[in-house]
Amino acid sequence: MITARRLIRAEPSFGLTTKLWQISWAYVLLLCMLAGVGYVALYSAAGGSPEPYASKHILRFGFSLVMMLCIALVDIRFIARFSYLVYGVSVALLVLVLRMGHVGKGAQRWIEIGGLQLQPSELAKIGLVMALAAWFHKATWERMGNPLFLIPPIIMVLVPVGLILKEPNLGTAVITGIVGGAVFLGAGLRWWKVVLVALPVPFAAQFAFNHLHDYQRARITTFMNPESDPLGAGYNIIQSKIALGSGGLWGKGFLQGTQGHLNFLPEKQTDFIFTMLAEEFGLVGGLALMAVLFCIVMGAMGMALRFRHQYGRLLAMGIGVNFCMYVFVNIAMVMGAIPVGGVPLPLVSHGGSAMLTVMFGFGLLMSVHVHRDVEFSDGRDD
Amino acid sequence: MSQIKKENKRTGVFTRRALLLGAGQVGVFGLLAAKLYQVQVVEGQRYSTLAESNRISARLIAPPRGRILDRFGAVVGGNRLNWRASLTAEQTADVGATLDTFGRIVPLADHDRARIDRELRRRRRFIPIIVREFLTWEEMARIEVNAPDLPGIFVDVGTTRLYPQGPALAHVVGYVAPPSEGDMGDDAMLALPGIRIGRNGMEKAQDLKLRGRAGAVQMEVNSVGRMIRELDRQEGTPGQDLGLTIDVGLQNSVLRRLGDESASAVVMDCRNGEVLAMTTNPSFDPSLFNSGVSQAQWVQWTSNRKAPLINKAASGLYAPGSTFKMVVGMAGLEAKAISPGDRISCPGFLDLGDTRFHCWSKNGHGALDLRGAIKNSCDVFFYEVARRVGIDKVAAMANRFGIGVELEVELPGVRKGLMPTRAWRMGQGKAWNIGDTISCGIGQGYIQTTPLALCTYVSRVATGRAMQPHLTRTLGGVLQRGSKAEDWPLLGLPERGMHILRDGMWAVVNEGGGTAPVARIASTGVQMAGKTGSTQVRRVSREQRERGFRSDQLPWEFRPHALFVCYAPYDNPRYAVSVVVEHGNAGAAAAAPLARDIMIDVLTRDPAGHTDAPGQRVAEGFRPT
Repeated sequence: MITARRLIRAEPSFGLTTKLWQISWAYVLLLCMLAGVGYVALYSAAGGSPEPYASKHILRFGFSLVMMLCIALVDIRFIARFSYLVYGVSVALLVLVLRMGHVGKGAQRWIEIGGLQLQPSELAKIGLVMALAAWFHKATWERMGNPLFLIPPIIMVLVPVGLILKEPNLGTAVITGIVGGAVFLGAGLRWWKVVLVALPVPFAAQFAFNHLHDYQRARITTFMNPESDPLGAGYNIIQSKIALGSGGLWGKGFLQGTQGHLNFLPEKQTDFIFTMLAEEFGLVGGLALMAVLFCIVMGAMGMALRFRHQYGRLLAMGIGVNFCMYVFVNIAMVMGAIPVGGVPLPLVSHGGSAMLTVMFGFGLLMSVHVHRDVEFSDGRDD
Repeated sequence: MSQIKKENKRTGVFTRRALLLGAGQVGVFGLLAAKLYQVQVVEGQRYSTLAESNRISARLIAPPRGRILDRFGAVVGGNRLNWRASLTAEQTADVGATLDTFGRIVPLADHDRARIDRELRRRRRFIPIIVREFLTWEEMARIEVNAPDLPGIFVDVGTTRLYPQGPALAHVVGYVAPPSEGDMGDDAMLALPGIRIGRNGMEKAQDLKLRGRAGAVQMEVNSVGRMIRELDRQEGTPGQDLGLTIDVGLQNSVLRRLGDESASAVVMDCRNGEVLAMTTNPSFDPSLFNSGVSQAQWVQWTSNRKAPLINKAASGLYAPGSTFKMVVGMAGLEAKAISPGDRISCPGFLDLGDTRFHCWSKNGHGALDLRGAIKNSCDVFFYEVARRVGIDKVAAMANRFGIGVELEVELPGVRKGLMPTRAWRMGQGKAWNIGDTISCGIGQGYIQTTPLALCTYVSRVATGRAMQPHLTRTLGGVLQRGSKAEDWPLLGLPERGMHILRDGMWAVVNEGGGTAPVARIASTGVQMAGKTGSTQVRRVSREQRERGFRSDQLPWEFRPHALFVCYAPYDNPRYAVSVVVEHGNAGAAAAAPLARDIMIDVLTRDPAGHTDAPGQRVAEGFRPT
């Protein structure tokens, strides 16, 4: 009877007003709160001025929000048709960035399109989730047991991961791999296969370590013992920990962070924005920010559970895992728990392309949410 | 229906997996929160301290070094303004080009250029680096005129030490030099660039007073060390001016009188021990140490047999010779081995066992009392007295007069000399020989002392007070204790015996038949008392003596040293002078005329007579012992 009820609700009479009503405004509010925190942090990072970061940040967020809402209103079934296209474009951009991208910190990571700096690796993660969701949308339980069926999606994961590794951007490559793996898991890949895939990872890691760039290897070794090289590669981590620790429970107060304002903290407007906030607002502020981030992640996972079609829930889960990984890598990195990876804190850090792609992802999520009960055939019977 | 079942199965798997992932994400956030708690609360205190030490930096401000003045206020060690050109690297687009331009305006040596390049690499770009020091007015003007072509270059002023008296007071004033690694420990100020510490002389002796205390600025700095704001400032204390007891005019005059001799003369106020002149010849230019001494200069100093780097007045060791005879006489009186009127017969020699000790007068002096023995400098008399008294009592008396003991003079490197005793000889693992006592009776043998100690000795004979020689008269304008005779205790020797010593010394100069009539002051009504001495550098054998040995025919470095000690006026002792002329032969011939001229000079100038300025305070805490 489930099918019958679904048919009744999935009618084309689904008007624009209804759709707007269907948007989870609570979720949008959470995103706005996060961007608001970003404004406060960037205002402080600029030494108590909206220029040059905070005002741009809020402008970008406004633009991204409108884009997100527009995407949310587009029928998810329509969007799904472009899954492979988005993936293809993002892979093409990855190739392009390797050929003619701008070099930053010894790696080719971004290209300029119309004055906008774009990091294709950000887009690649969304594209990968879309493509995998589209692929597994058609996957029956039996098909999931067929190894041949699994080969194309594995390639879909390995291509962008390899390209991102070559940039080289270890952090994003690992996140991309994990996000891809999460979609596999959600699609119902059998556990023993998961183990089979996971087994060679330590060896691959060892192999990768040997082929890493020196600066990446230095990051890992200084991560193990940051005090060993306090003025070299370990400097960032030590200064970040000093900033966090000196913030204490209640923090030093807005605009009072000494580590940040006296430039001991490196890249405080991007990678180390969380440190900046936790120094000024203490553990209380840090936990409050983490609570907002947690709600956003859990919201995405909750939506995924409520969706009835495979494409939507895999997409929602992928986006949720992607965001969670962003948050984890960034915050763990600034606390010195994992090697520094150049991963920003989404919607808080200064930087246009990360925000744009993250909001693009949330637009997709919202579109799935709006169209959560539509009939979305997996194409097996039709 | 199987379709729906399969679909439900797929949904079920997804739900389980999604819940699993969700749980994992909850775990991830839990870990992050726990780690954040650990860093911010558990380890917070430690990181707070680190953040403070990051933020706050203290910079010391060096105070100006105190000046050194003579007793009349003439500057003998001062600070000279040192105009220097500095470069701030961040203010010029091209450091190399700026330095090239600078080099065309004011010549820049290659080693200067190398030093600048080295400092440029080492220091932050906003910290100025000294390009050239000691600029002349003309060079400064050239730099200022060309300022538009010299971005980043600025001229400012520091200080450098100046010694207007140069070699004349080099050994007394000393000199300053950059602190070495070993000096760094006690005072953080010493790490400041351009700081100098006293290396020798009074610069070293009163270094802490002259140095002053550094002020400190506490400031907030950013990560590259640039100052953001000043948090706290403590003003330092400038170094105190040091007023010496020295009279520069007298010092120079004495030096001129010493001429080319390798000699030393000390002039003292014999009532209070103030050293009015302390000269050693030849000397060196102390300002050369300021900018670094060249290898050639160093070799020239150290290979010179007249040893210009050694302060002969305080560190040169000589046997006192006949000048020691008053000590032996007083030891005899004190031990009651002789009485004031006792006569001892001098046949020209004293036989002891199978050794014969000669008097300087071949035919002997006949019977002499103590006064006559001093007047004639009879050796046999003092051989006999020393034999009767024993070396230990002679040594004890010598120590009371200031010979063979540490003097409390402030100068570094002052040598104690040696007054031998039985115990000292036993310490060497040898037995004391009676012959050694005989030699010591005329100030020869193992006895060694300095011109400064001799001057102290003769001052004590003259006044009967145990004054100590000293060079510090005022500190920060405050008169120090020790400038009055009453500041010093009496020696406690019988006045009658002391009178005989003084009378004998008067007779040496002023009575017919004395050994130094040449030292008589003819022109004025003032009379002085003195004693000659000449000490062999090499032992003279009997054969030489019998062949008609003449010491002035020896090579210079083997000739005896000539000594003379004296004080004046005879009836109201005020000034004491000791003179040692290295390898000058006989004291009467070489040293006495020098001492006489110096004494006339001192009496004419009378430096002690008009420097007790009214209203000068006496500092607490300085206790002569």
